[in-house]
Amino acid sequence: MIRALMAALLVAAAAPAMAQTFAISGGTVALGDGSQPIPNGMVIVRDGRIVAAGDVRMKLPAGTQVIDATDKWVTPGIVGGFTRLGLSEVDLSADGSDDTKANGPFSAAIDVVQSVNPLDTPIAVNRADGVTRALVVPNVGKSIFAGQGAVIDTGVDMDPITRSRVFQFVELGETGKDQAGGSRSSAYILFRNALREAAELRRYASPIQAARGGQPDERARPVVQNPNESRLYGPDARRSDDVLLTRFDAAALVPVLQGRQYLFVHAERARDILNVLDLKREFPSLKIVLVGATEGWTVAERIAQAGIPVIASAVNDLPASFEQIAATQSNVGRMRGSGVKVSIGMIDDSDTRNIFWERQYAGNLVALQRVPGATGVSWGEALAMITSGPAEAIGMGGEIGSLAPGRRADVVIWSGDPLEGSSAAEAVFIDGVRQPLETHQTRLMQRYRDLSRRDLPEAYRH
Amino acid sequence: MVSNKTRAVLAIAAAALLSGCAELAGSPKLAPPVRINEDPYPSTYVRYPGVLTVIRHATVFDGDGRRWNDGTVIFSDGVVRAVGGPGLPSPAGAVEIDGTGKWVTPGVIDVHSHLGDYPSPGVEGNSDGNEATSPVRPEVWAEHSVWPQDPGFSRALMNGGVTTLQILPGSANLFGGRSVTLKNVPARTAQGMKFPGAPYGLKMACGENPKRVYGSKGNMPQTRMGNIAMARQTWIKAVEYKRKWDKYEAKGGDMPERDLAMDTLKGVLEGKILIQNHCYRADEMANMIDMSKEFGYHISAFHHAVEAYKIADLLRENDICAAMWADWYGFKMESYDAIKENIPLVHNAGACAMIHSDDPNGIQRLNQEVAKTLADGRRAGINIPDEVAWEWLSRNPAKAMGILNQTGTLSPGKMADVVLWNGNPFSDYTRPERVWIDGALMYDANDPKRRPVSDFELGQPGEGDVK
Repeated sequence: MIRALMAALLVAAAAPAMAQTFAISGGTVALGDGSQPIPNGMVIVRDGRIVAAGDVRMKLPAGTQVIDATDKWVTPGIVGGFTRLGLSEVDLSADGSDDTKANGPFSAAIDVVQSVNPLDTPIAVNRADGVTRALVVPNVGKSIFAGQGAVIDTGVDMDPITRSRVFQFVELGETGKDQAGGSRSSAYILFRNALREAAELRRYASPIQAARGGQPDERARPVVQNPNESRLYGPDARRSDDVLLTRFDAAALVPVLQGRQYLFVHAERARDILNVLDLKREFPSLKIVLVGATEGWTVAERIAQAGIPVIASAVNDLPASFEQIAATQSNVGRMRGSGVKVSIGMIDDSDTRNIFWERQYAGNLVALQRVPGATGVSWGEALAMITSGPAEAIGMGGEIGSLAPGRRADVVIWSGDPLEGSSAAEAVFIDGVRQPLETHQTRLMQRYRDLSRRDLPEAYRH
Repeated sequence: MVSNKTRAVLAIAAAALLSGCAELAGSPKLAPPVRINEDPYPSTYVRYPGVLTVIRHATVFDGDGRRWNDGTVIFSDGVVRAVGGPGLPSPAGAVEIDGTGKWVTPGVIDVHSHLGDYPSPGVEGNSDGNEATSPVRPEVWAEHSVWPQDPGFSRALMNGGVTTLQILPGSANLFGGRSVTLKNVPARTAQGMKFPGAPYGLKMACGENPKRVYGSKGNMPQTRMGNIAMARQTWIKAVEYKRKWDKYEAKGGDMPERDLAMDTLKGVLEGKILIQNHCYRADEMANMIDMSKEFGYHISAFHHAVEAYKIADLLRENDICAAMWADWYGFKMESYDAIKENIPLVHNAGACAMIHSDDPNGIQRLNQEVAKTLADGRRAGINIPDEVAWEWLSRNPAKAMGILNQTGTLSPGKMADVVLWNGNPFSDYTRPERVWIDGALMYDANDPKRRPVSDFELGQPGEGDVK
């Protein structure tokens, strides 16, 4: 009871300026669930949640604010699939503005939450372009493990965290190889050892309830409530003498081992992907999400069989490294065609700032449908890959990423088709709260729009 | 040794002065000047065969600001013959292509690429873009780093409709070296891709990169003032070098010692080599403009000019182009003030604006990048028509590279560098359907044999994204 009350209070605290009921009508509405857009649709929002959306006609309470979206498009906000949004104001030679390094003594235990700065300029720039949520991933430092990632919103308030410690991130491709001293084999033995060390501590963790008879059913349980309670294990939790991880790092991996926290694994090369699938067989409780997967199309059916979702780079078509030799812009379409659950992320691609490119990338996946020999995706699927797709990959599809009833009201009204880079976000709502779209950039534009000399210098235009 | 030589030169000069004319006075005749070969690595590019082609019923942007909604484009023997409306007659024997619902534009020109010198795969063994061993390296030539088997060339062709591109050295150095302009036609050698007759460029860099690369090693430059001081010292030497050579070329005598680095700078001072200046900030561009005036050269283009919008008037007055991105920002301090309306604002001020990539992925989508910034500009009230905005993709890059009289627009007599797009090129849903370079069909989306596959990718899975 007390816990439920606390949870309710927490939710209230996280949703700023509780919004009232409003409707958006007359626009082309796309739900973000993979379906095609609906002309002249409606979106109804109450108290920060979607009530209904699409081809619906509801009687609205008297006095309900109705926003006219005629000739506009309305979609769920973009969900950045794999980002470092909020971690870096400036990436290079700007001491103190960049939190993406992790060269301290800890790895898996790192929690990205404290590094996310909601007042970061890139958050504002992406908000202004219709990105409303993002999966924020820490970077590796001296280990193959980077630590625990969070889901954030881009709202203009000081509470950016939607859910913390949603996943652990591990590098098991080329970067993992380098972190491990030069070979993939070395990375894998490090990984297995880490799980062994976590397993020793697992017995001190609270037990998982099994579903009625037999195996625990991951889907039946609410997604990770507090995966890091294991960090509390004191010195009583006995460990072997031959450990490589700090106690904190080993404890942080307990929820991964238990399947209570997702494990993001970065692998690009086909062989590396198969190694990851082997891990899933060896440790069935791991809830793996494959990240990158440039060569995924060559082993797509096996990924699909394993049921592992993929957050891929959208249009990586260059053999940029020896783990991406088979790169093709058809990768996403082909994996999708083989039944893999694919969504889009910004893997090693301006991940701290240009998350808004995802909708252009999605448009490019649609374009491939008309290129002979290439494999693209439908418009609805492309939008889903940058909205509900990443949310579903981490079990949050019920919360964010679509306009289905009950979802958080992250809604964007666009000037036109959002998969066209030429379209712009004209109104952005997060949890039903309308967001300002002004940024450092828009202010500069206004200041320098007209260069003619006036009575005072440019610095006085504000 | 040096002083002896100097003394000898002085003596000859003194003799010439005294006699008024050395030859008439019967003093020893000076050896006639030896001409230095200015093109020792000449282009061996030869256009591939094409057919007399007529494209009809397409929307045509000629790259010079004109548009035909039911346009006709005719080319043969590698050259544009005519562009006009539906009434344009077809010459006998022409292959006719129905362009209904499609667009025709000049080929995209990227003024800033590192394909070939930073190729894929991006491994150490292939990293040939920055001779970061001294901040002053005008002696290096990008063409000697270009690996013609870089798979990126084919992607730029097939996805981006890129027909011409300037390969630049990186920006670690104040003077990075010579650029090379390439036709995007695969060849066994860089010479085989070299754009015939294109002038060389000299890459210069302002700002953070040189001072970071050398300053971090405790060497000069460590500051922006160090950047400028070193560049000025270098130009002082170049002016002196040019003076010696001018005299020698006019009068003969003992050939001055040749210096490869100074040769390039001399070429700049003579207007033969175009300055391609990496420079982000408005204040730094202004410094570079003053430097160019101090030493008597002209800056052809500022590259990565993210603050060009702050000094668009200055760029117009000095006839300097600005090569920009649509929406890159904040990746370092000097890109902090990037805005999305940069290109339209610079264009609107009457200066020469263009898009550029600096990136093997971005070069595949330059048309989409223009679509974004064009729309951003319109939302800010700058209404530039699509057909005028195409100048940012071909005409203005050609101008900045000194090849506008050969390509960049569909004017009759120019190279038939032509893209047929399968829709409006200012849409994310559009791709090139066919690309002609000098009238030769180098890419056809409907013909798997008309797609280049680099040696590197041959026999590899996917084989250059054509399988």
